[in-house]
Parts: sequence; structure tokens; C-alpha cells
Amino acid sequence: MAEGPILKVDRLYKHFGGVQAITELSFELAEGELLGLIGPNGSGKTTAVNLISGFVKPSRGAIIYRGRDITGLAPYAVVRLGIARTFQMVKPFYQLPAYKNMIIPLYSPRVKQMIGGRYGDRDAVALDLLEEVGFERDSQVAYKSASVLPQGYLKRLELAKAIALKPDLLILDELFSGLSLAEVASIVPVIEKLRKEGKTIIMIEHRLKELFRIADRVVVLNYGMKIAEGKPEQVMETEEVKKAYLGVEV
Amino acid sequence: MERRLERIDRGIKARASGVFALSSWREMLYLSAPRLIPALGFLLLPLVLDNYWQKVLLSMAVFALLAISWDILAQTGMISLGQGLFFGLGAYCSGILNHSLGLHPLLAVPVAAILGGVISTVVLLPVLRLRGVYFSMVTLIIPLMLIRIIEATKIFGGTEGLSGIAPLPSKWVELYFILSVLLAALFGFRRMLSSDYGLVLKAIKDNDLSVINAGINIYWYKAQALFIAGSLGALCGAFMTHVYMFVGMPVFALDYSILPIAAAVVGGPGTLAGATLGAAILVPLSEILRGIGGLRIVFYGYFLVVFIVVLPEGIFHYIERKYHQFDRWVEVE
Amino acid sequence: MFFGTIIYALFNTAILAITALGFNLTFGISGIANFSYGAMYILAAYVSWMLVHLLGLPFWLSVFVSIAITMVLGALIYRFVLLRVRGQVLSEVIATFGIGLGTLELFQYLGFVGFEYTLPVFIDDSFMIGDTVVDWQRLLITIVAGMLVAGLWVFTHHTRLGLAFRGIAQDESTALTLGIDSDLMGMLSVSMGCGLAALASLLIIPLGSISPSEGYDVLIKALAVCIIGGLGSTGGLIVASFIVGFAERFTDAYVGSQWTMIVSLAAILIVLVVKPSGLFGRQKELAERI
Ligand SMILES: Nc1ncnc2c1ncn2[C@@H]1O[C@H](COP(=O)(O)OP(=O)(O)OP(=O)(O)O)[C@@H](O)[C@H]1O
Ligand SMILES: [Mg+2]
Repeated sequence: MAEGPILKVDRLYKHFGGVQAITELSFELAEGELLGLIGPNGSGKTTAVNLISGFVKPSRGAIIYRGRDITGLAPYAVVRLGIARTFQMVKPFYQLPAYKNMIIPLYSPRVKQMIGGRYGDRDAVALDLLEEVGFERDSQVAYKSASVLPQGYLKRLELAKAIALKPDLLILDELFSGLSLAEVASIVPVIEKLRKEGKTIIMIEHRLKELFRIADRVVVLNYGMKIAEGKPEQVMETEEVKKAYLGVEV
Repeated sequence: MERRLERIDRGIKARASGVFALSSWREMLYLSAPRLIPALGFLLLPLVLDNYWQKVLLSMAVFALLAISWDILAQTGMISLGQGLFFGLGAYCSGILNHSLGLHPLLAVPVAAILGGVISTVVLLPVLRLRGVYFSMVTLIIPLMLIRIIEATKIFGGTEGLSGIAPLPSKWVELYFILSVLLAALFGFRRMLSSDYGLVLKAIKDNDLSVINAGINIYWYKAQALFIAGSLGALCGAFMTHVYMFVGMPVFALDYSILPIAAAVVGGPGTLAGATLGAAILVPLSEILRGIGGLRIVFYGYFLVVFIVVLPEGIFHYIERKYHQFDRWVEVE
Repeated sequence: MFFGTIIYALFNTAILAITALGFNLTFGISGIANFSYGAMYILAAYVSWMLVHLLGLPFWLSVFVSIAITMVLGALIYRFVLLRVRGQVLSEVIATFGIGLGTLELFQYLGFVGFEYTLPVFIDDSFMIGDTVVDWQRLLITIVAGMLVAGLWVFTHHTRLGLAFRGIAQDESTALTLGIDSDLMGMLSVSMGCGLAALASLLIIPLGSISPSEGYDVLIKALAVCIIGGLGSTGGLIVASFIVGFAERFTDAYVGSQWTMIVSLAAILIVLVVKPSGLFGRQKELAERI
């Protein structure tokens, strides 16, 4: 298993009607790596995530996960193989309290398969997981309805739901956007801990400063095309990236 | 930390699943009364009612079951406008099983329930892939079309229907059969909906993409909910076939579609108890209003609109809240 | 017989298209499925009948008045019912269904059934094409259906209001930021849908008589066409009308009239299996930007 990349994206294309969202996108990901996926607004980052997680079918190209072609697989089947993602626009269950939100991923076949049985008490596990991502146990915030939670907690809930799936590959779509500096600072250790556990992570970010501190490598997209790839510092030196990011401070 | 976890179990989990550390008679009564009163009520009522009101009770139980079936679907995000489809399929299945194959009613009813559930699930399976209003549209028109088809092609007895179907052994079997089914469905499915499985169903309604993103095949779960609801509805139809000893086109009529919705909406969607309560109010009410005949559906139709706009949460939620607020007050004491 | 069947299949297509147009328009713009559509259809006919028979208005005038009344009613339904439950599919569906059912059954109860409840045709004449009798009313329906479809296309592609409609249909939140009032659009969409139902009714009912059960038939037809063609798609509506219109007439002519409904049902089931969102449906399985 250790040999070869955990994920290989091979010449993906995706267009929506006339909009070419992804053009010949290829990259590989090694086990345990943290890859940053960056690019200006509308450059196709979310589309790339949707393609990998199966929510969108590519027009052409292949996605290979652990040597297996997962192109066109249903999203729930992709999750069962160990790829979990978060949504840029958070998608909690608004009618449920935060900790009950966690029950859904904990009920997943993926989790059943990973723990080889049943959770005795999913509620307790849910609360533990929420505490891990920063739902303070004393504050009762985990019992509040998701419909009244502030954005910061919804993002954390999104992360907790993905972690609950015990993924091997975790894809975080703009987890930090909309969060305060302090909130970001409190989530970074969670991600570092996940790395230590050996999880492979793809992070989509606009907050380059925070990203570059933890990323091993970045891929830069512009108009759906990969324009650069490499170590964070090197990539930002590239002429094309500077042009694409004109006006964006690094 | 251990201690905190325990506190959580008592406060949240215990109430949700009803496993209380029973400490006083009062608490015990408080907990069991909402279950015991309807249960005892339904089981004792047949003994005190006269023949006519026994029939009303029977029809109330059937509509309550149809409303429960509707509510299970609605909780999963599927709004059925055609409970008559499930009812009618069950009715014809049981009718044919008894009429053509000579199956005993007590066997024909459960078989027809399963069969009806399977047929409705298979027919509606493609629609499960779509969100929103498609399910409503398809469930509305299929029973209406089936009426026209049976009428035109004269299959299954055509407009005459199939008569001479065997009745259930006795009036008491009839009554207690349907009432025990109602109680079992009410408490069983209530428990199901409050379990983690039920949570998944409700989550599909809330945000299906998020459920998929948890690695759960929502179509499989929707199909299960559809099968449960379809079977329940079919069971009602099958049962009524043997009560009337007849099955014909009226089984697909809109009465069987609109009244359950009205019951569930008036009682309050989402609890099943609300659906039952709604049927317990509306069915006797419509007996009392019998004089107005055809106006009943008019009344249900407009009533439904008023209710959905003015009191969308329904009567049961209101009662439930009152009941539990009292609870908190007792605990402080 | 073959030629005649084709002509009548064309008429049938036009009737189906004009019947479904309003339902489709409302859904296409505001995403509201108006289950009171059949009731509005019948209501318009009764209103017109009453205006002619009780107030002695000329028929042509009653047509305008009854369309206007139906449109106002649609706007009122939106303003006082739908607006309050906007966005909650459950409530929207139940509310329109309740209104439709209540209204149709009310007419049923009032006993407005019978042969005296008819509306006059616009031109009471017919002519022959080959050995097929063609009446002007059906021809008129076909012409109006064609004009309406063309008119709607021009409306949605070349007028401000129409473009606003399309904007709302495509992306409500963006449309809102551009200053398009989505509540007003919703109200207009329901109102115009009802108006089209009324127009269809006043053209088609003269071919038969008014009866509440016709309201259910109209709803069945409109839903069938929309399910097959794809909700909200005008192209789909036309293609579906052709499919159902021809299938029905040919089954009627060569197999037997009792099979027509089975053919429609089969068409619906097949389309649902092959392409659940309808032939031209833009509503994908999980169509949503994520
Ligand atoms: N479902 C869709 N239908 C049509 N066009 C789409 C769809 N999803 C994305 N697009 C288009 O594809 C392009 C890439 O969008 P995408 O959301 O992937 O960008 P992004 O890099 O994630 O941007 P952002 O930084 O704003 O999140 C955009 O032009 C967008 O409008
Ligand atoms: Mg994005």
C-alpha cells in the first residue's frame, strides 16, 4: 500500500455548458502529504474537489485512488473508500443540535467498517469529536441547534463531521475563510494533529499565510488550469502565479 | 470528565429514548401516561361504543395509519399527495389474492401489505432520485390515472369492482386487529424515528448532500422509508377490502389521499402521534358533519390551507410542549 | 383514417401544450408547483358561464373578465398563502393542493354539472380536409397554442420583465442583488400561470361541457406533460405534448380508446426510469452548486 501515490488525478476536464471549469488537471498525492490547492476566485478549486469526491462527473480524465479507478463513482461510495471532504458553503443539518449533526457521519457504513462493529453510544463519541475541534465542553454550545450557531462553529462542525468518517484522505474546502485569526489559530493544531496521525490532506485556501506554514506542496490553479506546482515558497516566485495573483498579498 | 458525560446521558439521551431512572411514582406516571392513555383508550373504546361508533373508530384507525405512513415519508423529505396509491394497491392486491386465489383474509392482508409496498416502491423508485415536488406530482397523478385505466379497460372488475370478498372472522377481530396495528405502528415507528436510523431519515430531508457526504446512500434509505410507508398504506387498503367485502375504483379516490394529509398537518407533522391525534379529531368530526356530504372534502381542503399557514406545527407539538413545561416545573420542586 | 388521425393528433398536441403551459410557466419561474391549477381552469369556465348566463355579458367580454379574475385570484393566493410559506416545499404543495381540491369539490357540491354548463365556441363552423372534418375551434386552439409558445419565448428573451423572470429562475440570490423583486416575480408567475389556465379553459371547454372532474383531468394532463418534458422547460413541454398527443390519438384510432391513459402512464414511467428529470429537464438529480 505504501508504494505509489494515494491519489492520482489524471488529465481531468470538466465543463459546465460553455464554462471550462477544469482543463487538463493532473497531480499526484503521496500518503501523509499535505497539499495546498490555491488559485483566484472561480479558478476551479471547488470543482476539482467535487470531481475527486464524486459529486461532479468529469467530462474526461481519470481519478485513481490507491491504484483503483474511482472516476464516476457515487459520492457515498467514494466516502466509503476513505475520502472525506468538507463543503466551502457549510451544510449542517439546521434542524438538529450540533452534536446530533455528528450522528449522521457516525452512522455511516464507513465508520462501521473502520471500527468493526457499533458505537455503543454515538452521542458520547459525537461530543468528544466536537470537543476536539473546539466546541468547549463547558459552554453547552454542542447542544445548540445548528441554526443558531455562528459561522465559526459551523465550520468546525463541518470539519468534525469529516473527521468522524475516519478518512485516509481529507479534503478541506476553504475551511478558514470567514474565520477570525484567533479561530484559525485554534484550528491549525487540529490539522497538525491529523497529519501526525498520518492522514493525507488537501487544503483549499485563500489564506495563504496560514496555509504555507503547514503545506508540504501547493498546486496553483488559474482558469481551471494548473499553472504551477511545488514547494510553497518556490511556487510564489513563478511569473505566472504572480500574474494570476496580482494584487493578492502573500 | 466522566461525570460530565453521565450528566449528558441523563439530560439529553434519556429523554430522547425514554430510559429514565425511575425514582418516583409520579415520575413514572408522568412518563407512561402519554403512552398508556392512548393505548388503553384504543383498546377499551370498542367495548363501550355502539356498532355505529365502532365503525367510526375503525375508520379512524385506518386514517391514522395512512397519516402515519404519510408522515414517515414526509419526514424523509417525500411529500406524498397520493396515499390513495398505496391504499388502492393494497386493496386490489388483497382483493385479488382472496378473490382469485382464495387466500384467507388474515393471510391475504399481510401478504397484500408487503406486495403493495413492493409495487409502490418499485414504481416510485426512479422519482427518489429527484428532489422536491416531483414526488408529489407523480404520487398525485398515478392513482388518478389508475382509476381511469381500470374504468376504461375493465380490468379487475372495472367499474363494478370485485365483490364477494371474504370478511375477517368477526367484528372484534376486525377492530382489535386494526387497533393493535395502529398502536404497534405508532409506538414502533415513533421509536424508529427517534433512533439514529430515524435521524438519518430526517437528515435526508434537512440536507441530502450532507448525508451523501457522510458516505450514506440516501436512495437506499429513501427506498426503505418508501417501502415502510407503502406497506403501511397497503395494509390499510387490504384491511378495508375485507371490511367492505368489496374492492373497486373508489380505493384510489382522493379521500384516501387528502384526509391523511389533513390529519397529519392538523395534528402536527413529524411526531406520528400528531398524525394519530389528527385522525382522532378529523374522522369523528367528519362523521358528525356527515350531513354536509360532499362539502367534507371542501372543508378539508380549505382547512388544510388555513392550518398550514396559521399553525404549521400542529396541535400535538403544542400539547407536547405544554406537557413538558410542566415537567420542568416538577423537577425543580 | 391515417391522415385524419394525424390531424387530430396535432390538435391533441396543441390542447395538451396549451393546458400545461401555465403550470410549467409558474414552476419555471418561481419553482412553485401550483396544484390548484386544475381548479383555476374550471373556475375560469364557470365564471365565464355565469357572466354570460346570469349577467348577460357577451361571451367575448366574459372571456377577458374571467381571465382577469383568475389572474387576480392567483395573485391573491400568492400574496396571502404562498408568500407566508415560501421556500417550504411541504407547505407550498399542501396549500395549493388544498385550495385546488377544496375549490373543485365545492363546484361539485354546488352541483354545477350537466349539459347546460357549456361555453360557446368562438367560430361555429368546420370544413373538410380530404375526408376529415376540421372544426375552427380546434384550429383556433392550435393557432393560439403556437402563438403563445412563440410569444412566451419572445417575452422571456426580449422583454425586461421576461428577462427578470429568467434571472429569478436561474439564480435567485444573484437576481436579488440586481434589484429584481423575487416576491413580485413570484406573484406574477402564479398569476400568469392562472391566467394561462383560464385562457386554455375558455378555448378548450367549448369542445365539451364544464364539469369539476375535468379539473382533475387537466391537472393529470399538465403534470404528465411536465413530468415527461421536464419541469419548467418550454422545449420539453412541446416535445412531450407531441409525444403524448400522438401516442394518445394513434392508440385511440388503432388500438382502442380505453388504452390511451395506459399509454400516457407508460410514457411517464418509461421517462422516469430513463431520465427521471424529464426529457429536457434541467433539474438534475442534485442540481446545486456546491
Ligand atoms: N454547477 C455548476 N454549474 C455551472 N458552472 C459552474 C458550476 N460549478 C462551478 N461552475 C463554474 O466553474 C468555475 C469554477 O468554479 P469553482 O467553484 O470551482 O471555483 P473556485 O476556485 O472554488 O472559486 P472560489 O474561490 O470562489 O471558491 C466558475 O466559473 C463557476 O462559475
Ligand atoms: Mg470554491
